[in-house]
Amino acid sequence: MANKYTSLLTKPINLENPITVQVLGICSSLAVTVQMKPALVMGVSVMIVTAFSNAIISSLRNTIPNRIRIIVQLVVVAALVIIVDQILKAYVYDVSKQLSVFVGLIITNCILMGRLEAFAMSNKPWPSFIDGIGNGLGYTLILAIISFTRELLGSGTIWGYKVIPPVFYQLGYENNGLMILPPMALIIIGIIIWIQRSRNKQLIEN
Amino acid sequence: MDFLRKYLDKIKPNFEEGGKFSKLRSTFDAFETFLFVPNKVTNRGAHVRDSIDLKRTMSIVVISLIPALLFGIWNVGFQHFRAIGETVGFWEMSWFGFLKVFPIIVVSYVSGLGVEFIFAQIRKHEVNEGFLVSGMLIPMIMPVDVPLWMVAVATIFAVIIGKEVFGGTGMNIFNPALLARAFIFFAYPSKMSGDFVWISGLSDTSTKVVDGFSGATPLALAAQNQFEKIPSLMEMFIGTIPGSIGETSKLAILIGAAILIITGIASLRIMLSAIVGAVLMILTFNLVGANQYMMVSPLQQLMMGGFLFGVVFMATDPVSSTQTATGKIIYGFLIGVMSMLIRVVNPAYPEGMMLAILLLNSFAPLIDYYVVQANVNRRLKRTAK
Repeated sequence: MANKYTSLLTKPINLENPITVQVLGICSSLAVTVQMKPALVMGVSVMIVTAFSNAIISSLRNTIPNRIRIIVQLVVVAALVIIVDQILKAYVYDVSKQLSVFVGLIITNCILMGRLEAFAMSNKPWPSFIDGIGNGLGYTLILAIISFTRELLGSGTIWGYKVIPPVFYQLGYENNGLMILPPMALIIIGIIIWIQRSRNKQLIEN
Repeated sequence: MDFLRKYLDKIKPNFEEGGKFSKLRSTFDAFETFLFVPNKVTNRGAHVRDSIDLKRTMSIVVISLIPALLFGIWNVGFQHFRAIGETVGFWEMSWFGFLKVFPIIVVSYVSGLGVEFIFAQIRKHEVNEGFLVSGMLIPMIMPVDVPLWMVAVATIFAVIIGKEVFGGTGMNIFNPALLARAFIFFAYPSKMSGDFVWISGLSDTSTKVVDGFSGATPLALAAQNQFEKIPSLMEMFIGTIPGSIGETSKLAILIGAAILIITGIASLRIMLSAIVGAVLMILTFNLVGANQYMMVSPLQQLMMGGFLFGVVFMATDPVSSTQTATGKIIYGFLIGVMSMLIRVVNPAYPEGMMLAILLLNSFAPLIDYYVVQANVNRRLKRTAK
């Protein structure tokens, strides 16, 4: 059994990655990845919400009437998102301000609905919880890579600290303004998908 | 030539399968076919084989670019010495310009071809010659003071993201040269816009500039509502104005256009319909006349900025433009309309040509699709009767 849980946890990181393979949650990964700090906070928030909503919906799955299941799922997710939002406001207020509306928009994040429909509705609570954590990790990983690249090349900082020595700027180096704009995030996702598929041939569609 | 042929034949076995340098096969192939027309023979069926192939086509485009390039080189020197108030001879101006422009050309070719060769080796393709033209176009649409490393980064970006990910030459959706310019335009806006980047040495504060001299391009002047300062039509036609390296001289561009049209390489349809589209848009603006910019006459608008350069060399790119005859008219017309619309209505972008062409590049397959569908439907109706 332990083996099954490990694969639930590790598969979404690479072969079933929510962003690059399932292509869910692209919207937020473009919006919040200008800097690393908000991106990682966002990733962790999504991970927590996915895990707990998966577990809750999974334990309710036999009692939810099929026709209103989306509404029930939304209620659970919305409640969890509000809790996360309040915690962020209480403890990391500036990051919460940067993320602004995107924490609230976790409700509409496709990863959540996707996992609830595809996994939690047909599996037991504990595997569902693990699946939520795994997908959250996969999401966070991609967010970390994108935001690292964008912050380093776009602002010359990592986690808010300046890492590019001032000598570079005197020599004529400039921050890349395109990295701040969302299109570049899309291009970086494309490059990640490119690299990932050239390493894992089984992901290439015909 | 015989000597060259013999030499190539002698070293050829080294590059073939199992040879010493078989890894560099596509590199060798690229140089061989660049020097000599490949002696391919058709095996099956009747074919008409023209001596013109992709390499010859590209070479003619490069030749047609040369007048604009030479003028641009001279103009770089001319603008520089006019800005600092010195009078020097023709050759000194040209030499100054050459020293400024040549490194940009070298960087553009080296970085772009480098990427092309690497991809050709990895994917075991032939090296395609599409970059011959892009590599020449990129320096011509750059401001003269652009840092060389930016040119390199932008070229590499444009070749990889604009071309190689789609499958190389002939598969690209966007014009790679324009993509390189768009990259710098959005990534390093301070080097691609403003009044100081168009004339060499002006961005350096230690340069002594003649009193009252401004390096603003005609388009920038128009966007700042300084219409009285815009150079005369003649100056803009000859090209003694600040601007990107190759775009200033409309005369040189028209010579290039003539070469392209006579040899049948670029589409006259696209050029004409783009100009018609632009003129109609300007006339519409003239009718509306909400502000001074809208009142600028069509002739003056066409002479400003990179419109003509874009129409002749960028919009007619055979790969990223539409393929059908009707599609070409629609495509060119919309480029003309969009470029003037962006120019006049959007104050953030003084020149709309680059964005207009890139936008229509992405619509080109759609336009073609509907043109073909319309034809299919028409013929179906005819047979149904």
